[in-house]
Amino acid sequence: MSGAVLEVKGLMKSFGALVAANNLNVEVMPAARLSLIGSNGAGKTTFVNMVTGYLKPDAGQVKLDGKDITRLPPRLITRAGLGRSFQIPQLCEAMTPVDNILVALEIAGDGGSVFRPARTKGSLDRAVEMLERFGLERYAGRPVNELPGGVRKLIDIAMSLASRPRVFLLDEPTSGVSTEEKFPLMDKVMAALEGERSAVIFVEHDMEIVTRYADRVLAFYSGEIIADDAPDEVLNDPAVQKYVTGTAR
Amino acid sequence: MNPILRTFGLAALGALVFIAIGLVVPAWFLFTMTKAVGFGLVALGLVGLLRGGLLSFGQGLYYCGGAYVSGLMANWAGVTDMIVLLSVGCIAGGLIAALVSPLVARYRGIFFAMLTMALSMVAYGVLTKIAAIGGSDGFNVPKPTLLGYHLAETGFGLYAIAVVIAALAAAVCRVHFDSGLGLIASAARENELRIEYLGASVFSVSTRSFILAGGLAGLGGTLNGVALGHVDPFFSYWTTSGEMVFIAILGGYASVTAVFGTALVTELVRSFSGQYFPESWQMLLGIFLLLVIVFLPRGVGSMWAKPAKNHAIRSIKEPAT
Repeated sequence: MSGAVLEVKGLMKSFGALVAANNLNVEVMPAARLSLIGSNGAGKTTFVNMVTGYLKPDAGQVKLDGKDITRLPPRLITRAGLGRSFQIPQLCEAMTPVDNILVALEIAGDGGSVFRPARTKGSLDRAVEMLERFGLERYAGRPVNELPGGVRKLIDIAMSLASRPRVFLLDEPTSGVSTEEKFPLMDKVMAALEGERSAVIFVEHDMEIVTRYADRVLAFYSGEIIADDAPDEVLNDPAVQKYVTGTAR
Repeated sequence: MNPILRTFGLAALGALVFIAIGLVVPAWFLFTMTKAVGFGLVALGLVGLLRGGLLSFGQGLYYCGGAYVSGLMANWAGVTDMIVLLSVGCIAGGLIAALVSPLVARYRGIFFAMLTMALSMVAYGVLTKIAAIGGSDGFNVPKPTLLGYHLAETGFGLYAIAVVIAALAAAVCRVHFDSGLGLIASAARENELRIEYLGASVFSVSTRSFILAGGLAGLGGTLNGVALGHVDPFFSYWTTSGEMVFIAILGGYASVTAVFGTALVTELVRSFSGQYFPESWQMLLGIFLLLVIVFLPRGVGSMWAKPAKNHAIRSIKEPAT
């Protein structure tokens, strides 16, 4: 046993002649803060989509807590303990944030019961408490399709955390969020995760976010991992500077 | 008070009021109301499907299935007790829905609507060809009984049974729609990808709603088969299913009682218009539907059924916009 909560071995994926993932091997320890960087088309989202069951890999294996989850559908992967948020928030648009969280809590609990009303005082209190962790309580009663981008991102993340995943993947959490909002947003996410022992993997283009919140960085290029180390080491790697950050002299 | 008990209590009270009304209205109205309940039950199932984002144009299949199975049981086994017939019809409708659900519950939107309609038309075609059960003429259903007693010729007995069934069905659906499962079904209408990534199966959610709708349609088919004293393949014809959709859309999915009201209005318009202006009654219904869509886009039921309040968040200040 390596002690890793997530083990990815030899993951491969091609779309016709394009190799989107070429022999990816990653081990993620509990409570890790891992960032995935790379230019567009480098294979980050393909990696996330394969790990979370949206795409089936051509070869390789994904293990969560030692359990093979490689070809499971997304709902069973979530139930196994791997949650994800989306680059474009996936919300129930006509519902309020409270109802969105109620849905997440219902599913994370016993999957919903016909004999228990969804809106009891206890369940509503828990939903509001969840929103409070992200500073969203003042938006609780408005339809989410009327809310600003940063708030929608946080609701999406809050929903994903309702099941208290062992590994949590965030796909570009700060994309579409203003410069002023990006650090408060990440601060709220990290604060909400404190004490959870969840490993966090986030896809990110913003190197300020990467250096501030990650303790390890994987750099992707052309479907391969070209660097895997602490943020400073990776960002000073000549290959990363050439192919990812574009800062090579 | 426990909200489930309160819902069933209100349903019982409503049933008593409508049974009392039945004592003072003429026999023709009792028949019309009984038939409206039959249609309303099918539409109630459709409301459940609509809440989950599914629109079936083939509920006639389960309506017809319930009517045929219970009618044949009455004819062949001599069982005329309404409790047994309604139970059998409900189970038959639900079972047929369960049998076809692995096929249809994977589809959405127009594909789901067309597939359900195709299945109901297949059933129509098959039933018209089976001479042993009356072919295209169908067959008569014997007069019903209740616990060994014949029901009154005035139709009051059958009407009272219909009212009790309607109240029970409405209460069961209210409890279901307000439950955790009901909330997840509504969320599936909004965003299936999110529901799957939260750990629930949209297929299971859809299947449950579909079987519930099938059971309710079977119940409605049994009731109307007995009320009319006759069942025929037309129960499964696409225009029958379309009428149920019309009733469900008019009622909307905010309320579980509205569909019975809109079914009654539809029946009354059809009865009177058919008598006084037989060529244009569909136009009247069309105008009615237009008015409802324009002025009550969430259906007639939205006049009295408001969205569920989240009492815990009332005190939270709304942000400035």
